[in-house]
Order: sequence, then C-alpha cells, then structure tokens
Amino acid sequence: MKKVVKLTVNGQAYDLYIKPKTLLIEVLRDHLGLTGTKRGCNTGSCGACAVILDGMAVKSCSVLALQADGGEVMTVEGLAIGAELHPLQKAFLDHGAVQCGFCTSGMLMSSKALLDENPNPDKQQIKEGIDGHICRCTGYNSIVRAITDVVKGEYKEAK
Amino acid sequence: MIRDFEYFAPKTLDEALTLLDKYRDECKVIAGGQSLIILMRQGLVAPKYVIDIKRISELNYISTGKDGVKIGAVTTHRAIEKSPVMKNGLSVLADMEKRLSYIETRNWGTIGGNLCNADPAGDPAPVLMALKASVKTASVSGGKEMPIEDFFVDFFKTALEPTELLTEIQIPPVPPHTGTVYKKFNIIEGHAAIVGVAFSITLQSGDGVCDNVRIALGASATTAIRAEKAEEVLRGKKVTDALIKKAGQTASGEADPISDISASDEYRRELVRIMVARAGNEAFARAKQA
Repeated sequence: MKKVVKLTVNGQAYDLYIKPKTLLIEVLRDHLGLTGTKRGCNTGSCGACAVILDGMAVKSCSVLALQADGGEVMTVEGLAIGAELHPLQKAFLDHGAVQCGFCTSGMLMSSKALLDENPNPDKQQIKEGIDGHICRCTGYNSIVRAITDVVKGEYKEAK
Repeated sequence: MIRDFEYFAPKTLDEALTLLDKYRDECKVIAGGQSLIILMRQGLVAPKYVIDIKRISELNYISTGKDGVKIGAVTTHRAIEKSPVMKNGLSVLADMEKRLSYIETRNWGTIGGNLCNADPAGDPAPVLMALKASVKTASVSGGKEMPIEDFFVDFFKTALEPTELLTEIQIPPVPPHTGTVYKKFNIIEGHAAIVGVAFSITLQSGDGVCDNVRIALGASATTAIRAEKAEEVLRGKKVTDALIKKAGQTASGEADPISDISASDEYRRELVRIMVARAGNEAFARAKQA
C-alpha cells in the first residue's frame, strides 16, 4: 500500500506517492531525477549517497524516505546559487579534489554539514568529518586541502 | 531488493506497543535502521509490517538525576556523543560514540537500535556493561528491568519478547575514584571492532587498592560478555602492572571468539589479552585522578 511522503528538497516542496520500502536515495534519484547523489555501495559504507537531512549529513541509502517525512533535504544540486558555485565546490575545483567525481557529491555534503556545525575545524576534525567517505581515486589530501582553504576564508560565500 | 511491507509510524509509546502486540513475529521495529535496512536489502529480514519508533519523542531524551543517567531508546549516537552529560565518569560514552561508525550513521542511528541488533561487535554494549547499566522494556502488559548483561542472549538475539520494546538505558551514578576506558581495535576507522574492551575500576581511595572492577569484552563471544574471572584477579587487591597483565591473560581465556574475515579466533584471544591490559592501565590512571 502506497503512502504519501512530504519532502522539501533544495527548497522545493514535494508530495510523493511511494511504497513504504522506498529509500531516500530512490526518491531523490529515481522519482525526482536528482542524480547528483550517487548510489555506491548501498550498505552505508562508502558515503557517495550522503545528503543533508534537517541539517545533518545522513546516508540516503540507509534511510527510508518515509522516515524523512516532513523533512528538509539538501542535495549537491542545492549547493550552487544560480550559476555561482558554493565555496566548497570552487575550492574542490581549484585543488583538483575532483577526479572521477563519484565521491564528490557525498564529500561536498558532509563537508558542508561539518562547516555548518563547526566553521573552524582543524585538520583532524576535517578528516573525521569525511571519514565515512571512500574516494577510490585516493584524492583525500586534495579534498582536505580544499576544505581547509574554505575554512581559512579563501572562498567567499555567494550572496 | 527490499520486500514490500506495511508501514506504521506511531506517535506514542502506547500506540507502538499496541501495534507490536497485534503483529508480533510478523513485524520488525525500526528506529534509525542503520543495520536493519542493510539486512532487509540482503533479504535476511523480510517483515510484513514495519513499526517506526524513531519519532516517538517520549523515547528520545538524556536525563540526569540522583539515581544516575537515563537515555531514551531512540536517542541518536550523535546526541550522546555531544551531550554535556557525558563528562567526568561518563566521558567514556562520548569516547565510544566518537569511534562508532561514521558521523552520518551516528546522526541517524540510535542507541536502542544498536543494542536490539545485538551484534557482538557493537561498541555500546561492553561500555554499558562496564558502567553497570540496566535496560528497561515495555509491552502492553507492563514493563521490566534487567541488567544489560541479561539483555543479550545469543548472536544477534536479545531477551526481548515479540511484544516487547526496549525503552530506556539506565546508568547508575559512577562511584568516586572510578576510571572507565573503552579500547577498540579495528584496522579501518569507522569499521566494527575486531575486539572491543571496556574496563571500569573503582579504587578504595587514593591508595591504589581495587574496590570493584568490571571488565567487558566485545566481538569476543556470541554476545558482549563480562570477563568475571579477570575481574576476580583484581578485586580487593593492590593494583600492580603484573596484576593487570594477569587480568588480561585471564580474560583471554574467558573469550570465545569466532574466526571471520577480519581475524582468526586465536588472534582475537591475543588481542583480548593485550587490550585488557592496556585498558586496565589507562582506567587505573584515570581512577587515581578521579
């Protein structure tokens, strides 16, 4: 029996008619077409599917969409404002922190959640903030450098 | 592929217990679902009905009083990790949570869900055993309380009846001169413990004589267990390096671990020996300052 789930995704409100077994990632990718969120391991191990739900980073492959009912979701598509990239996106580009790109959206969302909670993390805290993410291009150092530069204020927030 | 199920999200504990009483073995309770959803996707668990308790606010709290700290079953790992209550004698809980899986999992996963999953490698169980915690359960016909040791029956099996729900974890006040430490051995940060050791020692005073001690092992048997013979090595004695080493040796004999992809049973026993001693030394140092 299908149920209605109300979600606000990147500022837009949706009422979706879904089977209870539908996962948050399936709503985002398959129902709403927001394919920036990646489906990786599907077991909560790789972090590619991370999104921000009510201000917290979660793994969208491990959350039933109905459990997010009434919630606000931000995906990687919600980071840029118009054509203006988010400071983290700019920093990732400048530092070559994007190689194949598969881990990037998850890395960006967890980095954003980290900085929203603690605007001045040290290097260890940055590493802990993204330790639930696997980058098989092994570009971790450039990712940490990119986040560090945003923390230092080298990239301004878009207005 | 997850099998279809019917979904209920009761708003109160009473509603949840009524549903549980109605569907019993045919239903599964979901809190954060950080383990359950994986098992459902693998087809290992295929309930007809799912009862979601995550939003029952009367089960989401951390409270303190003169009888200790009480944690509601659906309190998230992250809430415990960041709670100002988890300091002094209870800082071990925050230390443990910080090393439990990843931030994303801790943001959504709950302490009650973790305990009910009864994975012998779970981090909270040994720490709660060392802290002498008990758990409270509820059903339509009433409630029960039991020491947390009695909650774990076997590999992924708890003492919960099909109509029962875990509602609360209770941690009694930590006595003076107590130090508690959790040591987790894993290769990759965020992964499950290959062996976990929780060690809590209470000294009679600053004289270094062990008044009481509780040692609990994770991933060392079919459930988290107390190493009671190892505790006897120390109880009532003046604590020395040699005695702590002996406790490690004894604990190693009490462990009955499995061999799996992470480690052989022999390797795990050796880890227990070493990590009990390391945890013991740190707990002793903490106790002297507490």
